Amino acid sequence: MSDQEVNNGVNVHALLEAKEALTAAPEAAEFAWRATCKWVNGTHSESSVKGFSGLGGEQSHKTEFKFNADHPEVFASEDNGATPVEYILVGLASCLTAGVASVAQNRDIQLHSVQANIEGDMNILGILGADSDVRNGFNDIKVTFDIDADASQDDVEALVAQSQKRSAVYDILTNPTNVSVEVK
Amino acid sequence: MQSTTTVIIGAGHAGLATSACLSKRGVEHILLERGEVANSWRHERWDSLQLLTPNFQSDLPGYRYSGDDPEGFMAASEVVDFITDYAAFVAAPVQTNTTVTSVSRSDGGYSVQTNQGMWSCRTLVLANGACNLANVPAISSVLPDDIHQVTAMDYHNPAQLPDGGVLVVGASATGVQLAEEIHRSGRLVTLAVGEHVRLPRTYRGRDILYWMSVGGVLDEGLDEIDDLLRARSIPSPQLVGTAQRKQLDINELTAQGVEIVGKFAGVRDGVAQFSGALKNNCALADLKCTRLLVAIDEWITGQGLDGEVGAATRLATTQTPQSPTLGIDLSNGKIKSVVWATGFRPDYSWLDVPVLDRKGKLIHDGGVVASPGLYTLGLTFLRKRKSSFIHGAQDDATHITQHLSAYLA
Repeated sequence: MSDQEVNNGVNVHALLEAKEALTAAPEAAEFAWRATCKWVNGTHSESSVKGFSGLGGEQSHKTEFKFNADHPEVFASEDNGATPVEYILVGLASCLTAGVASVAQNRDIQLHSVQANIEGDMNILGILGADSDVRNGFNDIKVTFDIDADASQDDVEALVAQSQKRSAVYDILTNPTNVSVEVK
Repeated sequence: MQSTTTVIIGAGHAGLATSACLSKRGVEHILLERGEVANSWRHERWDSLQLLTPNFQSDLPGYRYSGDDPEGFMAASEVVDFITDYAAFVAAPVQTNTTVTSVSRSDGGYSVQTNQGMWSCRTLVLANGACNLANVPAISSVLPDDIHQVTAMDYHNPAQLPDGGVLVVGASATGVQLAEEIHRSGRLVTLAVGEHVRLPRTYRGRDILYWMSVGGVLDEGLDEIDDLLRARSIPSPQLVGTAQRKQLDINELTAQGVEIVGKFAGVRDGVAQFSGALKNNCALADLKCTRLLVAIDEWITGQGLDGEVGAATRLATTQTPQSPTLGIDLSNGKIKSVVWATGFRPDYSWLDVPVLDRKGKLIHDGGVVASPGLYTLGLTFLRKRKSSFIHGAQDDATHITQHLSAYLA
């Protein structure tokens, strides 16, 4: 390992301080994440994300982020955006990638490049209601990381394993979550 | 009301080790024991249990294993004999059949209410054990009524389970041992595996705990650990103590025919759901196991012992099913009973001193509890990685009784 200071652009110090502070004041650790989704036309919708709550109060992103979702033309749609299930893949890959960077910083491992390729297999007979034995969602999700770092293969694998262990999206996908959907 | 300088709650190995150290220091004390010496080993262990630690590790202050099988493993009944012999050897002042019902602060010390009257003392040692209550996840309450449930605390042998398939939840030493035993009884067994610790029973010709001991791993202390919370909640390693020193891990259970699934995550519409994170949990355990073996290899090389011990090897990678089962319909008969091997915790329901955190855990600094004159030992990673082992009580009892004496002086 070089004697240069490892810098992956992650403020591990702040994260560790937050861990300590929030352990002492666990109510501040309760966050709520939000999004608003508006139907545009057909299968096209536009979602926006801005506010969330946590640290005992209302918080906000610097700017509002917008996400168009639609389905491709082979689904007889207009393809104005990624499909919702692709957003799930984006969510998982970006969560794991952020985790890899954070864990690497914490373990003093310098990263040079990180790329995650992710693929989710799905049999659409499920969502079409054509076969009750087929589930709607992914049958299998495969993520492949290509990482260039100043570390051994074992250490890189440990980074990736640890990032799964601490990933919110990985947990969301691998464990059941109660979801309630109501109409106002 | 009777009074003494120090009351020790619990006459297991930890309480007795404390007693031995206090006697040496001339501190008057009594051990209050709800049943008999080594009570939990008599009544709260499954029939086939053998210690995970080899006999040569069974050291207590002033006492060590003297039998003819230092590499062997004691059965629970032999642990009872060992601890009972130790109590006699150190002439421990034990008052048996005395259940503590409440402990509170009093002027200059503590009042200990028992079913045999009240004791007052200046100092108090909680040696009631780390495994008084079985942890049972909240999902146990949503299982259908016709599924028989038992905890590792109440489990004795497979015969007490109803006929039919069994879901064993948890893959620590307890879970893997019970899964194997129940499978051998002729039942279909599914094992739910979350985060776990994998170890080879033997490595380079010696027991793995031998290397962890001489190599200093078991002596790692509080100041060498980044995340103490985590270190204190690590499940016991997948080990079993048998004369054959056999390996017991996910691969072995799979080969025997136990079905491996992910962590038991919930029940929805009558279907038990298992996490899809099985592969990663197994990969993490494999990585950590390899890291430990590398450290042991480095230690062996550093000691110049490479020529004298067996060759360095690695465990085969844990094989998980290609597509692990994510759901089992609880109405189809595949699962008739659930065995919760999901850990244990101490019982402090009788402790009326404000020393518990919001999770009900005792607040202490290496056994010195956050109330003057109050101590504990026998808990996981109290001061060292070996604290929860029988021989771990030696250093811990020495330390806390030193602090206790200084407090009295």
